[in-house]
Amino acid sequence: MITIENLTKKFDEVTAVEGLTFQVEEGEVFGLLGPNGAGKTTTVRMLCCLISKTSGDATIAGYQIGKPADSLEIRKMAGLVPDDVGLYADLSAFENLDFYGKLYEVPDGRRRENIERFLKMLDLWDRRDARAGSFSKGMKQKLALARALVHEPRILFMDEPTVNLDPESAKTVRDFILEIRNQGRTIFLNTHNLDEAQRICDRIGIIRTRLLSVGTPEQLRESLSAPRTEIRLVEVTQTLVNAVKKSIPNKIEVYGDKLIVDVTDPDKENPGIISAITSAGGRVREVTEIVASLEDAYLRIVKEGK
Amino acid sequence: MRISKSWIVAAKDMRVFLRKRQTTYSLVVFPVIIGIGLPLVLDYVIAKQGAQLGIHVTDLLNAFAFFFAIGASIIPALLASYSLVGEKVEKSLEPLLATPITDSELLLGKGIASFIPSLSSLYIGSIVFMALSDLFSHNVLGYYYFPNWTIGIILLILLPLLAVLSVEWSVIVSARATDPRAAQLQSYLMVIPLTIIYVATEVGAIQPNTTTIWIISGVVFGLDIILLFLSSRTFRREEILTKWR
Repeated sequence: MITIENLTKKFDEVTAVEGLTFQVEEGEVFGLLGPNGAGKTTTVRMLCCLISKTSGDATIAGYQIGKPADSLEIRKMAGLVPDDVGLYADLSAFENLDFYGKLYEVPDGRRRENIERFLKMLDLWDRRDARAGSFSKGMKQKLALARALVHEPRILFMDEPTVNLDPESAKTVRDFILEIRNQGRTIFLNTHNLDEAQRICDRIGIIRTRLLSVGTPEQLRESLSAPRTEIRLVEVTQTLVNAVKKSIPNKIEVYGDKLIVDVTDPDKENPGIISAITSAGGRVREVTEIVASLEDAYLRIVKEGK
Repeated sequence: MRISKSWIVAAKDMRVFLRKRQTTYSLVVFPVIIGIGLPLVLDYVIAKQGAQLGIHVTDLLNAFAFFFAIGASIIPALLASYSLVGEKVEKSLEPLLATPITDSELLLGKGIASFIPSLSSLYIGSIVFMALSDLFSHNVLGYYYFPNWTIGIILLILLPLLAVLSVEWSVIVSARATDPRAAQLQSYLMVIPLTIIYVATEVGAIQPNTTTIWIISGVVFGLDIILLFLSSRTFRREEILTKWR
């Protein structure tokens, strides 16, 4: 659906995005994860044909982002939820959606059907005649989602859709994203919310001006986080630490009554470590394998990418 | 260019104008002041000076008619400021520009939204102005002064040209303004040359006749062309999203 090759954007001397290369498959939820200022919004703006690229190339369903004629086609098939919702405060929820439906050339009957369907899905139908300016933040975000979908786009770009929302509204938005994913739409999601990315995205790209890594949440966790074993003891002494160091030359950290040991193969190395501890007089309470989180992987990737 | 797209934008903006107190007031107050207030001033002057005023009544009426030109430079600028800076304030430009609309279609839509209500209100005000002025001046002149060629050229040539200029100037100003009022203040700069012309007619330096109005219209037309080029350059989506603050 989306093919990006060596895409770069410079604003005068500042490079916002450099050499991005990746693909997004049709029907996939792709998350672009990165810290503030990493180039996520710039990437979405280039893909939505809002700003030009400096070099490289990107196509969406075969249309090239740099070509004026193709840009109109891309904008017809795409929906955008920007980080600022940008609704017309003096217009009602219905009028906001109707205006965008007309701009996207959705025929009258279909437009009304879609507005009703999406407002009902997002629990806003009863407030359809209320001014958008009177809505809460969560309601505005939901309305912005409905606006992006009113023309039934093949691909939906979302820039931080749950930022600054209360947990309940954020959950509604996330559930809605999962619902539209099930309808087969391709979703391109910008976020710096790791939990959200892990829950929603099929694949994640980590960006910090350049693309640092890309894969499924599991692949990212597994590829970058060495397995670790946590051993809780009755008492941690220097003798015990030295005994473990003798048995395994890996990194060992001490936290209170716990030893955390980096291992390469837990099945082979853990019995030796436990044996070394008991031989030195240590008494083991509990042994746990620490599963690395996406957060661990993300932080490591971003740190290494600096 | 698809006019239908521009019309969708214009219709939305006009609906918003009708819901904003400031824009509704400006569409009503200025034409009412000129349309009713100036004929009342004329009536007062005639009542005081009577037949001694004689031929000077026509100069006064021509000078008063020029107020509509001043209105055409103020009202569209005010609406255009709300339309453009309003989008900035509401941060609605990004989703709007993400739709399949071209920059020129959007700019035209914004222009239509400022142009039509402004001229409509000024034309309604001018009809009232002409009717009341004729009513009050008929006894002194012995004939109905309006409509005549001078006000015809002012209303049908100069006003539309000034309204276009006013919108184009607002586009340029709005690029740098962060709130509608700041944009309006800068837009009102356009009134200065027109006020100078008005004062010049009052002191007799310029005769407010058809020839003068044609010359002014020609100059405004030239400025329209120049500002069309400049405003189109300002109104590009990348400029709007990355440089409009």
